[in-house]
Amino acid sequence: MALDKPYLDIPGTTVFDAEQARKGYALNQFCMSLMKAGNRARFKADERAYLDEWPMTEAQKQAVLARDLNAAIASGGNIYFLAKIGATDGKSFLQMAASMTGMSEAEYRAMMLAGGRSIDGNRVIGEDGDAQADRQPQGSGGPGCEGGWKKAER
Amino acid sequence: MARITASVYTSHVPLIGVAIDTGKTREPYWQPLFAGYEPSRRWFSAHKPDVVLLVYNDHATAFSLDVIPTFAIGAAAEFLPADEGWGARPVPKLVGHPALAAHVAHSVIQDDFDLTIVNKMDVDHGLTVPLSLMCGQPQAWPCPVIPFLVNVLHYPVPSGRRCFQLGQAIRRAIERYDEPLNVHVWGTGGMSHQLQGPRAGLINKAWDNRFLDRLIDEPAALAQVPHVDYVREAGSEGIELVMWLIARGAMADAAGGPKPHVAHRFYHVPASNTAVGHLILEEQTS
Repeated sequence: MALDKPYLDIPGTTVFDAEQARKGYALNQFCMSLMKAGNRARFKADERAYLDEWPMTEAQKQAVLARDLNAAIASGGNIYFLAKIGATDGKSFLQMAASMTGMSEAEYRAMMLAGGRSIDGNRVIGEDGDAQADRQPQGSGGPGCEGGWKKAER
Repeated sequence: MARITASVYTSHVPLIGVAIDTGKTREPYWQPLFAGYEPSRRWFSAHKPDVVLLVYNDHATAFSLDVIPTFAIGAAAEFLPADEGWGARPVPKLVGHPALAAHVAHSVIQDDFDLTIVNKMDVDHGLTVPLSLMCGQPQAWPCPVIPFLVNVLHYPVPSGRRCFQLGQAIRRAIERYDEPLNVHVWGTGGMSHQLQGPRAGLINKAWDNRFLDRLIDEPAALAQVPHVDYVREAGSEGIELVMWLIARGAMADAAGGPKPHVAHRFYHVPASNTAVGHLILEEQTS
């Protein structure tokens, strides 16, 4: 019998369930290692070499290198673990969140000040809200619109 | 006999801690939020408890994916503020209450809630931000605090119903403690927010305010709301709100007693990515 996962029809949302956690174990534990200053320094010195110490998939490593948090989440990452990468880069949670929507930091901040993203049209896949796949990425071309902030800075 | 005199509910947004620690609370962005907590700090000074049992979640700080306890209680004599990747918050160390924590663990486990007991860990913003909001910036926290942790990161998380029942069990435990302690139970996290994916930034004011109404007036019915409603309506991180039901289940009316008095209610959008909600409920002494 299949497990009950009633959250799979929510747009723009990946619930970090036991299956995702299994896929993302090494990715998230890599992120956790960045809590130590020595590891942050080693990661910054040679990101690829540091990543190769972890039994992660190539897709997970590419997601980290590109700072593409949506791709990292799809491959099993959890945002609270992925936030350690942002902290290593000196990014705020707001900047990280913006990078997943395609909005620039300024656009995202303005949305939050205006009361946040509306729930209308964003409850179920197939409605017409701004988090629906056919309306993403939604930014006007600010940093992050191509995915992660790393790519945008290049 | 120990008794519960009040419950406090508040969001625990990390950037609020940063604003406090860096002296930004009077800036235009933050001023409305901190104004909403001024009555809370006055109330706390006038109603200082002997112990706070503070319900929160760890955010990949003390617990990695190596061990994922659903419910855990901190039984140590002290806990240090954690370095969450940008240095530890400049706040006092936490003094625990090992005797009451051990008593609560014993009683609650006998009541069928299989707690994990934690004797060594650092505490993150989920615990320290609520203390800062209620107590300001003292040299030492005004009373011992028992950290009580709930897994809300790794699904499935405990249901609202289970959290409410756990609160009822915590009340029974505290009322069985011989020393005449005045205890607060705090529930933290929420309100609506989503930090991940294309739907990041979601806020649902109507849902949040309905949650506050129902938490006050019909908590047992609110506890029946399934997870998927929280995730769909209040965002993937809005699920933190189940922790408020632990504190609410510990109040007298959940054990057949009188309804609590609403001492303070506050709601504000935004703090960073999050809707901030706050309630103080006092037990009626009559």
